Amino acid sequence: MVFKRFVEIGRVAFISFGPHAGKLVAIVDVIDQNRALVDGPCSGVRRQAMPFKCMQLTDFVLKFPHSARQKCVRLAWEKENINEKWAATRWAKKIEAREKKAKMTDFDRYKVMKAKKMRNRIIKHEMKKLEKMASKKGKKPKLEKAPKSEKAPKAEKAPKPEKAQKAQK
Amino acid sequence: MAGEKAAAEKKPAEKKPAQKKAGEKKPSQKEGGEKKKVKRHHASRNPVLARGIGRYSRSAMYARKALYKRKYTAPETKIEKKKKEKPRATITKPVGGDKNGGSRVVKIRKMPRYYPTEDVPRKLLSHGKKPFCEHKRRLRTSITPGTVLILLTGRHRGKRVVFLKQLDTGLLLVTGPLAINRVPLRRAHQKFVIATSTKVDISGVKIPKHLTDAYFKKKRLRKPKHQEGEIFDTEKEKYELTEQRKTDQKAVDSQILARIKKVPQLRGYLHSTFSLSNGVYPHKLVF
Repeated sequence: MVFKRFVEIGRVAFISFGPHAGKLVAIVDVIDQNRALVDGPCSGVRRQAMPFKCMQLTDFVLKFPHSARQKCVRLAWEKENINEKWAATRWAKKIEAREKKAKMTDFDRYKVMKAKKMRNRIIKHEMKKLEKMASKKGKKPKLEKAPKSEKAPKAEKAPKPEKAQKAQK
Repeated sequence: MAGEKAAAEKKPAEKKPAQKKAGEKKPSQKEGGEKKKVKRHHASRNPVLARGIGRYSRSAMYARKALYKRKYTAPETKIEKKKKEKPRATITKPVGGDKNGGSRVVKIRKMPRYYPTEDVPRKLLSHGKKPFCEHKRRLRTSITPGTVLILLTGRHRGKRVVFLKQLDTGLLLVTGPLAINRVPLRRAHQKFVIATSTKVDISGVKIPKHLTDAYFKKKRLRKPKHQEGEIFDTEKEKYELTEQRKTDQKAVDSQILARIKKVPQLRGYLHSTFSLSNGVYPHKLVF
């Protein structure tokens, strides 16, 4: 187990619980074994002490000296464009998907169910086609037909998440 | 002294004609506009000394309010009217049975046939105990006309249904529509219903006015001429569809179906039923 993310000055952390749950902060200084001085100018967190336990380290590190004032932290944050980078990570996307799922109304759930059903039908249909080919004709035609039918389910997968997004909206 | 008095007398005297003129002007203007207007009420002419105690006695107040001038009597009705208003005391009925023919006089309001030995004790005054018809009807804010509701009880449990309006008894008037999920125009109880956040736009829909609680109430025959044995059979157990119900259903549903078609997938949604499965917790669901 090699550690890849370290607590350091400029490390961007995600707050998992507490009053600022769900926000990003930068570690400005370490106070003692359990707490850090933390600041989130672009995420609405005032400069304050925060225990490490509620922080989860992200991959992003900013460059500023220790105990730098908020203005410097903000400059570094905006220079690195942390907000956009964060939104592009899988972590943030998973959080967003979870939130959307929780907000789904009864009607949305119905729409998602219908979309999933339709998608699964298409996939099954293609699979059955492939299996038929494999069982009937042998090896030669299988090589020709495989790439064509694999493209079809991938194309159908794209409309499904779009539908889910529409439903969530 | 005398001069001052005279001056004082002159002033109120001057004021009076001035007021009179002003007073006269006002009614004349008012009469021009409206014939009768409520007169401005004077403030209490009996200043309060302490709570519940006025400065002037009853007789003094009589004089101050000039009640000797204000004596009203109701217009007297004609004596003929009075005579008519008297309700009939007796009625003449023909004699049947053994002594057929002829007539007898029967009192309409008969004397009581029984006097209790003890008087009925006076009931204690109660406060705020209203009969059901006077109860306040509440409606959850989440339920508005056009909301899709999920019925939880009854033979249509689990079905999704469109809410139309709240009736006088507080029950909700609801329809499937019939063509989608076989739920007719029906009453549902607010407590046994989940209100979803999906709403159909029912702004222009006209619901016939004869759809009231009396229309939907279950009818029960009670004529126990037969003694025992057959009593339980004669009461209506089977519900019979009347033509009026069919026409009302069509009238309402045709309007609503048109609006449902506009929303994609809503028809299929109303066709489906609600159910719980593993991992689905109602307290965590957003409806």
